[in-house]
Amino acid sequence: MSDTHAQTVGFVRDTMLPSAAPPVRESGAVRWLRENLFSGPVNTILTILGIGIVWFLVATFWDWFAHSVWNANSLNECREIVAATWGEGARGACFAVIRERWNQYLFGFYPQDLYWRPTMTFGLMMVALAPVLFSASLTIRRVVLAITAVVTLWAMIVLGAPAGWLGFATLVLVVGLVASERNIMWLLPFSIIYPLLGVWFLWGGSLWGPIFVLVGPVLGWIAWRVLSRVSPLLATVAAILVTVLFWLMLAGDAARDAENLLSLSIQSVRSDRFGGFLLSLTIGVAGIALSLPLGIVLALARQSDMFLIKSLSVIFIEFIRGVPLITLLFVASLLLNYFLPPGTTFDIILRVIIMVTIFAAAYMAEVIRGGLAALPKGQYEAADALGLDYWKAQRLIVLPQALKISIPGIVSTFIGMFKDTTLVTFVGLYDPLKSMSDAVRANVAWKGIYWEPFIFVGAIFFLICFGMSRYSMYLERRLQRDHR
Amino acid sequence: MTDASVPASPPFRLSMLVNDRRYRSMTFQVVVFILVMAGAWWLVMNTIHNLSLMGKSFNFGFLFQRAGYDIPQTPIPYTADDTHLRAAVVGLLNTLIVAVLGCIAATVLGVIVGVARLSNNWLFARLMTVFVEIFRNMPLLLWILIVYAVFTEIMPAPNAFRGDNPTASMILFDHVALTNRYTAIPTLAMTNDPGSLDLGARITFNWATIAIAGALIAGLIARRMIRDRAQAVQDRTGIRPVTWWQTLAVMTVPTLILIWYFGLHLEAPSLQGFNFTGGLNVSNSLVALWLALTLYTAAFIAEIVRAGILAVSRGQSEAAFALGLRPNRTMSLVILPQALRVIIPPLISQYLNLTKNSSLAIAVGYMDLRGTLGGTTLNQTGRELEAIVLMMLTYLVISLIISAGMNIFNARVKLKER
Repeated sequence: MSDTHAQTVGFVRDTMLPSAAPPVRESGAVRWLRENLFSGPVNTILTILGIGIVWFLVATFWDWFAHSVWNANSLNECREIVAATWGEGARGACFAVIRERWNQYLFGFYPQDLYWRPTMTFGLMMVALAPVLFSASLTIRRVVLAITAVVTLWAMIVLGAPAGWLGFATLVLVVGLVASERNIMWLLPFSIIYPLLGVWFLWGGSLWGPIFVLVGPVLGWIAWRVLSRVSPLLATVAAILVTVLFWLMLAGDAARDAENLLSLSIQSVRSDRFGGFLLSLTIGVAGIALSLPLGIVLALARQSDMFLIKSLSVIFIEFIRGVPLITLLFVASLLLNYFLPPGTTFDIILRVIIMVTIFAAAYMAEVIRGGLAALPKGQYEAADALGLDYWKAQRLIVLPQALKISIPGIVSTFIGMFKDTTLVTFVGLYDPLKSMSDAVRANVAWKGIYWEPFIFVGAIFFLICFGMSRYSMYLERRLQRDHR
Repeated sequence: MTDASVPASPPFRLSMLVNDRRYRSMTFQVVVFILVMAGAWWLVMNTIHNLSLMGKSFNFGFLFQRAGYDIPQTPIPYTADDTHLRAAVVGLLNTLIVAVLGCIAATVLGVIVGVARLSNNWLFARLMTVFVEIFRNMPLLLWILIVYAVFTEIMPAPNAFRGDNPTASMILFDHVALTNRYTAIPTLAMTNDPGSLDLGARITFNWATIAIAGALIAGLIARRMIRDRAQAVQDRTGIRPVTWWQTLAVMTVPTLILIWYFGLHLEAPSLQGFNFTGGLNVSNSLVALWLALTLYTAAFIAEIVRAGILAVSRGQSEAAFALGLRPNRTMSLVILPQALRVIIPPLISQYLNLTKNSSLAIAVGYMDLRGTLGGTTLNQTGRELEAIVLMMLTYLVISLIISAGMNIFNARVKLKER
């Protein structure tokens, strides 16, 4: 049939029609709106609800933000300025309190003329972190280190840092930049000594203390090298013993004697002067750095075949995870003097760091245990087949993969821990959120101010935590090795 | 004559404890055990020594002394003349109240937000993302302080509700009044009160509560019997009898009859003089703590729910549609059972977190376990060691109970593999 038809139709089109534009409702903004906002009755109701929420928020808060005052000396003055500018009965935010007291929110009661020291510590921390965190991408490293260098030096100049220290910071930052261009691993020695340097920069006092703390492990290493030919176990035991004994017996006196011979002191700052974000960051960074290795050890212990090791680790982890952080902080502030020999006192910030570390390590251990459990059994068997011993297998095969799997969990533990540093307010330290705001409100000029400090402190916390979570996503993508 | 295929075991030497695989783990464990015991012994000895230096002893006798302080919110009768133990129990109940209320509200809100983040609606999904990111990335303490400040600073005083032309008005059909000191909510009242069952120690249970709870439990048992019978009929004949109206009847009718018999009704608070009476005045510290815990935990639960739903592969719902299941059946029979498997373990830890975070009540002066046992009692008696140890153990027991209970539930919804 069809071929007869084909012969009867003697018409073939030989020109193409120009393509027509789609109907107006099928493209562009209208189509987008129809698909994403008004595709059905439920969707339309949700859209209206959403617009309602946004409208409510804007209507409630916009005038308050729009009328904010940045230049005033007291809350009353703020209110007068708002009334004068926007009419009687208008309300406005009084961000003048941030302008006047920002230094306390950032540094607590740290001596004003020494503000450059925490600033420098923070800037140099980025250099120390570079080989650890940003080792993969040259571009990111370049950007981060360049911005750090510029901001740190500018802030140090503004805060009136002495020329010698300015030179030191410049030297470290420039070396950091050069090393980052050539070979980032050159910076690793700096990363290792940075914790001690950081403690010295922040608390001040004699440099000989940190130096002799560092001498301990060096002596231990020498002992290990000498004895490792005799027996590896003996060498390890000797190395630990030498280090600990040196710290306990000799380091203190040696540091005092050396200080008397050649003074390397900078002005010391007591712990109760620490406050604000300086305190939060000190506790947070120290807790992060210490809880990761401790968490790995706990997780490995919990996965161990040895019954006793496993049970001890389970008891420890479950106990710490079963109680609130506040009770642990109370233990640090109230009970530690019961547990230690009479007359032992040590710094409250150090005690809090220890408790926060223990707390975070228990959570970290569970996260890493998840990673270890998620690893296919074949990986462990392959390590055994290669004849690797336990530590080599863990270090070369198991842990790199397990840690990679657990990155999201590890970072959320860090974020949680950083947020929890605000709880130190309950053991009498000046956290940026409650204690600092209470201290500001104690002043008659700022009595009754609530929202502006909350917004300021909340915004900084948000930036840091949000940044950390985005960094973890970047890390996850970068370490993605499976082919999908 | 010895068997040549078995090598003679070498004589035991001391170095084998370290170098031989068979003994190494034993040696290691013994060494660790000795070290841990030595550490524990050192701590205990220090504690005993320190206590004797201070002339204190380690005993819990202080729990039976007169407490002498008041607690604003008491779920069981309590006066300042009661013992510290009773105060601690009141605190524990307050902790449990805020934890249970918070878990329920956070789950509801979290599920809504988590599902809404996946919605096709661009605007609503973005709004929910903003909600989650904001609440997750700022400290809980900030939210507690903000909510508390909203209640104490912005809400009107009770007397603002007074007069013919009041400046403030009650919400929810004149049933709830938000004031700067408390939130007045309606209570359940009865016209035909059957009296209370005395459990001793001044703890009473109203008979009406017991009767209604009994009716509900009987209803659940009856529902199970109906379902078993329906299953039996289906197994025998292949036709499942329609049971929904029987189920509905056994679940609701007895309860409704009891409610009618006791004359149960809502009694709205009303302003008498300076304060609201008739309803229940819930202190703002509880409301603020509950609301902040709810919002904060809901953001985490939303992420868990979203991840759980995304974890169910698309093919599952497509297969269900291909079988001709309607969307709600697909949700309840295919997607949810698989999503719950992923959702429940992290949900358990969120419940645990919420319960532990309720100890932040210290920021708003809510008298929970930490406020009574770990706060006023500790300060009055000076028994830091006993009070904190007891408090930690109580929290530990609560945590273990929650985690055990939820793990049983988890085992029931878990995917059965081979």
